[in-house]
Amino acid sequence: MLFILNISLKNAFRHKIRTILTLLGLAVALLAFGLLQTVITAWYSKATSASTARLVTRNATSLIFDLPIYYKDQIRGIKGITEVAHAQWFGGIYKLPKNFFPQFAVSSNYLDVYSDFILTDEKKIAWINEKRGAIVGRQLANRFNFKEGDRIQLKGTIYPGNWEFIIKGVYEGSDDTKVTDRMFFHWDYLNSYILGIPKNNLAAPNNVGVFISTIDDSRNAARISDNIDTFFKNSVAPSYTETEQAFQLGFVAMSDQIIEAIRTVSYVIVLIILAVMANTMSMSVRERTRELATMKALGFKPSFLSTLIFSESLLIALIGGSIGMLLTPPSASAFQLVTDNIFPVFAVSQKTVMLQIICASSVGVLAAIAPAINVFKIKVVDGLKTVT
Amino acid sequence: MRGNSGANLDIDLVRINELRKSYFRGEQTVTVLKGINLKVQNGGFTALMGPSGSGKSTLLNLIAGIDKPDSGRLTVSGIDITSLSESDLAEWRSQNIGFIFQFYNLMPVLTAAQNVELPLLLLNFTSKARRSRARMVLEMVGLEDRLDHYPNELSGGQQQRVAIARAIVTDPTLIVADEPTGDLDRQSASDVLDLLQRLNLEVGKTIIMVTHDIHATRSAKDVIHLDKGELVENKPLAY
Ligand SMILES: Nc1ncnc2c1ncn2[C@@H]1O[C@H](COP(=O)(O)OP(=O)(O)OP(=O)(O)O)[C@@H](O)[C@H]1O
Ligand SMILES: [Mg+2]
Repeated sequence: MLFILNISLKNAFRHKIRTILTLLGLAVALLAFGLLQTVITAWYSKATSASTARLVTRNATSLIFDLPIYYKDQIRGIKGITEVAHAQWFGGIYKLPKNFFPQFAVSSNYLDVYSDFILTDEKKIAWINEKRGAIVGRQLANRFNFKEGDRIQLKGTIYPGNWEFIIKGVYEGSDDTKVTDRMFFHWDYLNSYILGIPKNNLAAPNNVGVFISTIDDSRNAARISDNIDTFFKNSVAPSYTETEQAFQLGFVAMSDQIIEAIRTVSYVIVLIILAVMANTMSMSVRERTRELATMKALGFKPSFLSTLIFSESLLIALIGGSIGMLLTPPSASAFQLVTDNIFPVFAVSQKTVMLQIICASSVGVLAAIAPAINVFKIKVVDGLKTVT
Repeated sequence: MRGNSGANLDIDLVRINELRKSYFRGEQTVTVLKGINLKVQNGGFTALMGPSGSGKSTLLNLIAGIDKPDSGRLTVSGIDITSLSESDLAEWRSQNIGFIFQFYNLMPVLTAAQNVELPLLLLNFTSKARRSRARMVLEMVGLEDRLDHYPNELSGGQQQRVAIARAIVTDPTLIVADEPTGDLDRQSASDVLDLLQRLNLEVGKTIIMVTHDIHATRSAKDVIHLDKGELVENKPLAY
């Protein structure tokens, strides 16, 4: 056993440059694979952290149409609803468009509905008492170095003008997986502004984008959703209600094809390195025909010699793969930095690590199949005649 | 070393009757061995000579069990090796044959000592026993100070002596050598031949050696000549 490992290791590094290049290729491939898989995970984590215990009600026609604010009391009256908050997309620009982050004009009970965002009562009251008050998530605060008391300006895109906000608190996620990249401010502030400007199509007063409700039991989500939508069926703006998770997955699904493409590319990279690796192994074994024939003459069986080749291949694949895997977490952090935190949660998941291990081992095993079969075919007498 | 046991002393180790071997290339048939009859005594040292292409290597390979004849009988210590399966033949070789090649055929990634240990892996030796045995035979060939050298750190003559050590470490019944001095200078060649002769005379190893070198025949007890696939003569030298 020790002997097999020793001879495999030595054989693996016979052609130092060739092996180092192969290792480099493996490392880069496994790294790229890991990063792409992490992108996919990060993409879906936004949606999967969303709750099934909250319902989102929006305009049945499209998200770009609003619902009247007076629906709120009617929703609250439906059986099973425990609390209703509302939110309106603001879409302001902080200094430069590339600084994009989500901003919502919300009702003051918004955090009561979102128990995954933690803010002390004291800060909450301070926020509610400031007309232009805003609260920001920890990830967002870290990104722009926002602090309590900061005054920040957003340039409105839907609602023209320069808007000033005063940060009254930084809320935390209830755990590490929570995305805290949003800013919330008072819907009343936004609405009083709209009431003061001439009527226009984009910004009508007393409207909200979505109502978010908590319900008594998530198992009743479907029934309660139906009840809400039935209630508004014949009103000016019919509604569409679904769980928050379904709502978020709907967003994500729009990009499903892109995600599928990324996934495919990640596996194509592994296939390419498999081809490279298989070629390296075939080449190394072909060059060793005479040695293998000699070992056969000495009485070594082809099965033993194939084992040597498999272990050599596996060894190379696992060394290269490990380098790539070790590089993945730091690269992920760097990736997050340079991409300006498009993905607030960008951590290499356990599943990704598992997939990397599986890919590296598969490459090792598959690359050795053809040369291992060739070992069975080498005839001693012919093999001894080959010149290397 | 086992040496010769008395019981085997007077029987022929290798018996060959009407051994034939041809190669087929398309329509063409090349008959390489045309009915060879030969006996090699236990404890013998036979030199096999003949012009290039006469079939020397082919015959040696058949005796060593790395090639199969078309017809004829070939027994080594009474075992008809032509009827063994590939796998049984491999096992038989590991126990009975020591190989010496013209170009040494050492494993470049293994040290001299590890190369010598290699065949012992097939014979259920403990790693400790393997090491001490390899050391012992390397001492026999005068390379006790080169145990940890890799083949490319040794001269041709030294490499061939490592190969000889590898051939005898399992204490095989028969040593086959195909032009063992073919790639060596005169001095190294003569060292290798002396070594083979010593193994034959002092330890009683049976050796069959293909050679082109007329000097080489001096170490041998018999010289047989092969020409166009037929044995020309079989004259005893050192009896
Ligand atoms: N695989 C093969 N296919 C066809 N013919 C072969 C094959 N191997 C050997 N031969 C033929 O068999 C004949 C004998 O070959 P062999 O290697 O036994 O010669 P040799 O006596 O050892 O010669 P040399 O002294 O040059 O080594 C040659 O004519 C050669 O062409
Ligand atoms: Mg020959």
